[in-house]
Amino acid sequence: MEHFIPYPARQGFRKRWSQRAAFLLFRLFSLVVAATLVIILGFIVWKGAGAISWEFLTEAPSNGMTSGGIFPALVGTLLLMLGSALVAFPLGIMSGIYMNEYATRGWLVRFIRIMTNNLAGIPSIVFGLFGMALFVQYLGFGDSILAGSLTLGLLSLPLVIRTTEEALKDIPDAYREGSLALGASKLQTIRKVILPMGMPRIVTGLILSLGRVSGETAPILFTCAAYFFPQLPSSIFDPCMALPYHLYVISTSGTDLEAQQPLAYGTALVLVAIILLVNLLANALRRYFQHKVKMK
Amino acid sequence: MKKLLEKLVASIFTVSGLLTSIVILLIVGFLFSEGAGLFRNRIIDPGYVLAVNKSNPVRELSPEQIKAIFDSDLVDWAEVGGDSGPIVPFRLEDADRYFSEAQLGPNYEHAGRLIAELIERTPGIVAFVPGQMLPPDAEIAFIEDRTISFSEIFAGKEWFPTATPSPLFGIVPLVTGTLWVSFFAILFAFPFGIGVSVYLSEIASERTRQLLRPVIELLNGIPSVVYGFFGLVVIVPLLQRVFGLPVGESGLAGSIVLAIMALPTIIAVAEDAMHNCPRAMREASLALGATQWQTIYRVVIPYSISGIASGVVLGIGRAVGETMAVLMVTGNAAVIPTSILEPLRTIPATIAAELGEAPAGGAHYESLFLLGIVLFFITLAINLGVEAISSKSRS
Repeated sequence: MEHFIPYPARQGFRKRWSQRAAFLLFRLFSLVVAATLVIILGFIVWKGAGAISWEFLTEAPSNGMTSGGIFPALVGTLLLMLGSALVAFPLGIMSGIYMNEYATRGWLVRFIRIMTNNLAGIPSIVFGLFGMALFVQYLGFGDSILAGSLTLGLLSLPLVIRTTEEALKDIPDAYREGSLALGASKLQTIRKVILPMGMPRIVTGLILSLGRVSGETAPILFTCAAYFFPQLPSSIFDPCMALPYHLYVISTSGTDLEAQQPLAYGTALVLVAIILLVNLLANALRRYFQHKVKMK
Repeated sequence: MKKLLEKLVASIFTVSGLLTSIVILLIVGFLFSEGAGLFRNRIIDPGYVLAVNKSNPVRELSPEQIKAIFDSDLVDWAEVGGDSGPIVPFRLEDADRYFSEAQLGPNYEHAGRLIAELIERTPGIVAFVPGQMLPPDAEIAFIEDRTISFSEIFAGKEWFPTATPSPLFGIVPLVTGTLWVSFFAILFAFPFGIGVSVYLSEIASERTRQLLRPVIELLNGIPSVVYGFFGLVVIVPLLQRVFGLPVGESGLAGSIVLAIMALPTIIAVAEDAMHNCPRAMREASLALGATQWQTIYRVVIPYSISGIASGVVLGIGRAVGETMAVLMVTGNAAVIPTSILEPLRTIPATIAAELGEAPAGGAHYESLFLLGIVLFFITLAINLGVEAISSKSRS
């Protein structure tokens, strides 16, 4: 019977089915990837929700970390986020402004961009080594919030620079030229026109970079993180506990892994909650600003 | 005045623009200044000597041979180029076995002389003792001490940084472990990465896209230590049960976790590249009677192939440098991997696990910085590779 089917139609049949099969496969892959996220998040929420209580969030670990809460680690992580922001935000934004507003095209800009990309690609553990050698040993800060913040700040620098650059790149040159034509200086143009216009997207990027900092473990292993430091740090030269390191410690070592398990789930949940919060906030801001720009 | 301010601000911006380059230079400088010190270290622990009997012709031993001798894996001098005869390794702790407490005297007063005599009368002995302890007039010979060589590190197949008398700093097992686990991670991530980016860029409706994008972003945002934890409590026991392994911590567990972590990078870059394929090209293909699928694999994918390659290479970079997740699920056995189901150990995991215990300035500490340098150059090569790929596609 086969030879009765005209050739083009048979080809069409094959074409249609290969397309269907391919698309089905891709849809399936996407479904698997989405399911992976749902499984990971769902698992952590399901297992961790039981551990979360007011005491868990406000008490220090006790009994050799087999009971109690995560308060010092939570505070430590927030301090490190703040500290790294103080380092990375001003420097990164300035660097981004330079790349987009001052640097003329040429080998220097290309070089700087390659260097920024390279810095972004350097593994976080190398930052940890570097922070230990420079801040902890050479400058003598010791294991401290200061050393940890500086290390994390440098780590998030490329992200901040790229965010700023991309935000400023999308601002039409007409605005710059308009401002300059009105007699404003370059600095005035940047301050009064460019930055306010780029701010929404810059802020969104900064929030996302804070999220990244909150989960980083490797850079603070040797620059800041304390295994157990239940009192709150009193100065920037104190070490501190941090959520990601705490999770690593209680899930891999300790006196009683069995008893630590629920605490580990709880800590993981808090970490994930911070990331979720940061992402939701960034998305909400993005949408809000998009809306606002459209209104204008 | 105003002009001056403008100039000042401009120069401040310029300096901050150069900041990333400065940081990279500093990183290279500090890693090298700490890591290069490893080559100044001697193969035998500082302050100690390896003494042998005068009649023994062997004067040179490699660190690997020394370790094997003291682990009793090497038992005959013929195996290291000497006259056939049993090797008798001797450590200071063994003194109690050979001599009574009375003989050694208070504070080991006579230990040096006794050990020297022991070496003089035992032809097969190799004694690992502090150099100052032995009397200068003793009739004994020494194994030559020298600095650690380049090839012992970069071609060394054993990583035992805390072994005595001779620590071994062979990085081959760590490098192969890193590449092995990253290779499998990309193998797993590649089909999914390409599939999802094609789906996102070409097939999905705007609504699905709006749903899927945040999913990818979140996958990227989850901290590596959370991935490690998830791997430890879910994937590791699962693999142990499915494959009937003695321990679930294995290269495979690491590869799976790394694949999940590398996915967002691959998807983001590859999707971006496909998205940039000009509309006219797609429409031309469709107008010629090609189906959407034919258009995708004959037009869109070839057009964006360099972007896809960049994404995959960046994904490899992410996998190679990942620390915490790998540290938690791969079991950290420093052996050259032969199967993906065995525990293995990567460079970043080694640094993270050992730096805390290595005394600052010691050989072990320096060796970890050397690993940092190796890692730095691997990722640098990857980044420059991406740069080359994308600049090629631009021109």
